Amino acid sequence: MSALVGERTRAGRLGDSITRPDGTAKVQGSFQFSSDLNAENCLWGATLRSPHPSARIVSIDLSAAYRISGVEAIVTAADVPGQATYGLISQDQPVFASDVVRYVGEPIAAVAADHPETCRRALEAIVVVYEVMAPLTDPERVLDGSHPPIHPDGNLIRHQRVLCGDANATGPIVVEGTYEIGMQDQAFLGLEAALALPDPGAAGVELYVATQWLHEDQKQIAACLGLAPAAIRLTLGGVGGAFGAREDISLQVHTCLLALRTGRPVRMHYSREESFLGHVHRHPARIWMRHHATADGLLVKVEARMVFDGGAYASTSSAVLINAVTHTQGPYRCPNAVVDGYAVRTNNLPCGAMRGFGVVQACFAHEGQMDRLAAACGIDPVDLRLRNAMVIGDKLITGQVIENVAPVERCIRETAALPLPDEPVGGHDRNTMRLPGGAGRTADAGHIRRGIGFAVSIKNLMYSEGFDDYSTARCRLADGVVTLKFATSEVGQGFVTIAGQIARSVLGVDEVVLGTIDTGVGSAGSTSASRQTWMSGGAVNAACLKVRGLLFDAVAALYHVDANSLSIEGSDIVGASGALRVSVLEASTGLEFDETVEYRHKPTEDLDDNGQGDCHTAFAFVAHRAVVDVDPELGLVKVIQIATAQDVGRALNPLSVLGQIEGGIAQGLGLAVMEEIIMSEGRVRNPSFTDYLLPTFLDMPSVVVSLIEEPDPIAPLGAKGVGEPPTISSTPAIVAAIRDAIGRPLDRVPVRPIDIIG
Amino acid sequence: MNALVPTQLDEALRVIGTHPDALVVAGGTDAMVEINAGHRRPRMVIAVNRVAELRSWTYDPAGATVRIGAAVTYSELMESPLAELIPALAEASRTVGSPQIRNAGTLGGNLGTCSPAGDGLPVLAALGAVVHLASATRERSLPVSDFMVGVKRTALEADELITAITIPVLAGWQGYSKVGVRNAMVIALASACLATDVTTSSVRLAVGSVGPTIIRCADAEAFAGESVSFARRSATPATVARFGELAAAASHPIDDHRATAAYRRHAVGVLASRLLRRAFPND
Repeated sequence: MSALVGERTRAGRLGDSITRPDGTAKVQGSFQFSSDLNAENCLWGATLRSPHPSARIVSIDLSAAYRISGVEAIVTAADVPGQATYGLISQDQPVFASDVVRYVGEPIAAVAADHPETCRRALEAIVVVYEVMAPLTDPERVLDGSHPPIHPDGNLIRHQRVLCGDANATGPIVVEGTYEIGMQDQAFLGLEAALALPDPGAAGVELYVATQWLHEDQKQIAACLGLAPAAIRLTLGGVGGAFGAREDISLQVHTCLLALRTGRPVRMHYSREESFLGHVHRHPARIWMRHHATADGLLVKVEARMVFDGGAYASTSSAVLINAVTHTQGPYRCPNAVVDGYAVRTNNLPCGAMRGFGVVQACFAHEGQMDRLAAACGIDPVDLRLRNAMVIGDKLITGQVIENVAPVERCIRETAALPLPDEPVGGHDRNTMRLPGGAGRTADAGHIRRGIGFAVSIKNLMYSEGFDDYSTARCRLADGVVTLKFATSEVGQGFVTIAGQIARSVLGVDEVVLGTIDTGVGSAGSTSASRQTWMSGGAVNAACLKVRGLLFDAVAALYHVDANSLSIEGSDIVGASGALRVSVLEASTGLEFDETVEYRHKPTEDLDDNGQGDCHTAFAFVAHRAVVDVDPELGLVKVIQIATAQDVGRALNPLSVLGQIEGGIAQGLGLAVMEEIIMSEGRVRNPSFTDYLLPTFLDMPSVVVSLIEEPDPIAPLGAKGVGEPPTISSTPAIVAAIRDAIGRPLDRVPVRPIDIIG
Repeated sequence: MNALVPTQLDEALRVIGTHPDALVVAGGTDAMVEINAGHRRPRMVIAVNRVAELRSWTYDPAGATVRIGAAVTYSELMESPLAELIPALAEASRTVGSPQIRNAGTLGGNLGTCSPAGDGLPVLAALGAVVHLASATRERSLPVSDFMVGVKRTALEADELITAITIPVLAGWQGYSKVGVRNAMVIALASACLATDVTTSSVRLAVGSVGPTIIRCADAEAFAGESVSFARRSATPATVARFGELAAAASHPIDDHRATAAYRRHAVGVLASRLLRRAFPND
């Protein structure tokens, strides 16, 4: 059912900027997203959600809803046949709330009916009696122990300390600040949607769903349904963006449960408002940092206290927290550290994965600190960062040694060297729409001040803390055509392009057919943590190499040459002596090679109580320079240009890399100046795109990019993940530029007009 | 939900008269948001965007007025020659939504919704527009300031349709500004339209999003009329500052999740001062 099935990717090898196989369909509107899926005799599903952030459920009465003609099934917690709860790390979140509700939007029941309108009326007819309680919304109340537990697992999800070197070390220069990061939404455009097709006799179910990790969904759904994982077959529905919001279960179990209950196909879609309540968000955080440095600006020690609001359920909060605390120092050498990080449970919306995964929050704080330090030392902010830039062999505050390519200095120098915008305030055409305020024409050039800001970041790639992180790929070569099969979720990042490029480069073929992305092959792991090019790319590469080995063996046997002397040149197999040249098509005609490979990165360790351990796999680096125009009187901002030099290892598809960089910057800009889920007393005030503002074309600046290509020997293709870094330091660079323009500190994102006018 | 799609004005007025509970939509850019969000569930919708009489506009040079059909879209208001006749309305129209919204949304719809943040409304208020209403049995016209009663409340009766808006064509600079936290496609936190009339040496100022409905700032207008020089196109810095203070004083905004009342009041004062400076660029 995916538009990618059987799609032949266009010719192109590693390093080529080929276009996406699904690009034209998406632009023309013919791509089938998961919300477009349908089946004969299909019912609609809908979810009843809690209107309260904290309440005891006294009773649930379904009788009136069942009397509505067209209602086929209503399920509640009592109907969950397997495990009552689910979750990525700890299984603490109920499929349906039964005794208490812990956040606004928590599912209580799901309905299957003949029409969405019938569903709506059924939801209205379900009578839930609540005993409303005061919500716990302030994370500090968790830490001071003044609030009783709101969940059997307690209110503290995780505390992690990092102690490194001498805790009493100090320096002549000390700067400190407290930084706040608001709750950002992933705001993918393709809303949550799934179609479930039940097997006869409710023995199993087939689920088409937009997700980031088919096999993890399979595992969690099976546990909740009380079925074997093999009984749940998942196929990737067309995904319209993910950014972390599709890592957790949302409607998967509900849809399957309704299909099994009714024996009919069920489709379920979220609305935009429901989506804001139905997936996890970026953690709001409050971070205090104190940096100690020499008079020359060399870091002596960093201290930090980080509080991440995980909301009502754990999701990936503990891993997000670990990312934050282990990235406290940023991409800088720092011999001593004392860091305490807390992820807490509240009655706010659950938070979990979002592009940058904890590092976004840490980076906003450490980059604010680097600018404070530069000012205190009287050193240029770029120069200060260069003095502290880490290199291969440097030790992190966790004791882990950086083993992979670490071109931090190059990132900084090349970013600083990129040309500044040549246009004056308002542009060459003096159009007021180019000024802050945009189409509102609020300013004239004389009202505007320009500022420049700089920020650098380090981001771990792949999964951490001892997780068995692997990806599976299958490669079949027959008659000169390669067929690849993997369960790697294509969420828009472009693995469907990269996979074909790898196969063409390794095997010298032109035609690569991509199999359906489903659970018919082993797990690929999650499309997150900037990991799929490395992990699934590594798996596809290894599978193709294995097939190539078999092909070379066959050619060697046929032509009586040494298989080790053979190589691929264009679309031919050639011998070392030059005597042999046979096309891959000819050599593979009548033969079939079919190999499946699991690729793993080197194992990682847990952190000990002092936060020491080789918990991460590899790192990528990036620098951003922002130029902004600010209207100080109205507090409005227009970002004029972002310059960036990014450590990509090797650009396997430069066009695709550029897409990630520009998109990531748009998301970083959003967090810097407009994107925030505003909550008060546990309720969302702005669950719509009318009031949750995303950058438009007029908000997006020009982006000047330098790709730093130093192939990483640790990476299977030399390529690092590129998806997250653009989001991470673009935000602090923009805020630094606003500070530069107005000459005052700004310690909170998104920066609001009132923060600027002061 | 049933829909009627009249193509002629008399037919439209007749069906509105026989279905007084029906929801009348033109572009539907406000109504569909409410329907999709489940806030409004009309049994009957009457779509008037295909009524030919509502889709056109006429210019009367002798009377110095433009009569704009209620279903003329924002995109059409941005085009020449309308944009030259009423520049502030073209500027306000450009701030509405996205191109798709501007292609569908209409000036009549802006009036019918009567949101305090309606982008066309400060322009209509500043220029002293007249709203024409009709039912199957009667017609009437009233000043836009009388038409707008409160937050999303108007003088429109259940059997009436907004058919057209007559807008005076003034000689003199006019402009519109709007503050939002995004550079386009955003709801106004504060907005203002300033229009000058050289024939009467008067300045008009109307502000939006800072009260239950659009506010004409009489004190600011009177002050500016006495303080600026039309001949030299000049205003002193003190005049510009005072004009902003008077505009802010005339506003009575609320706190909500979009902005604080204090910010809205501050912003509308800044907009008023800057618009006055654009109209009178010399010190």
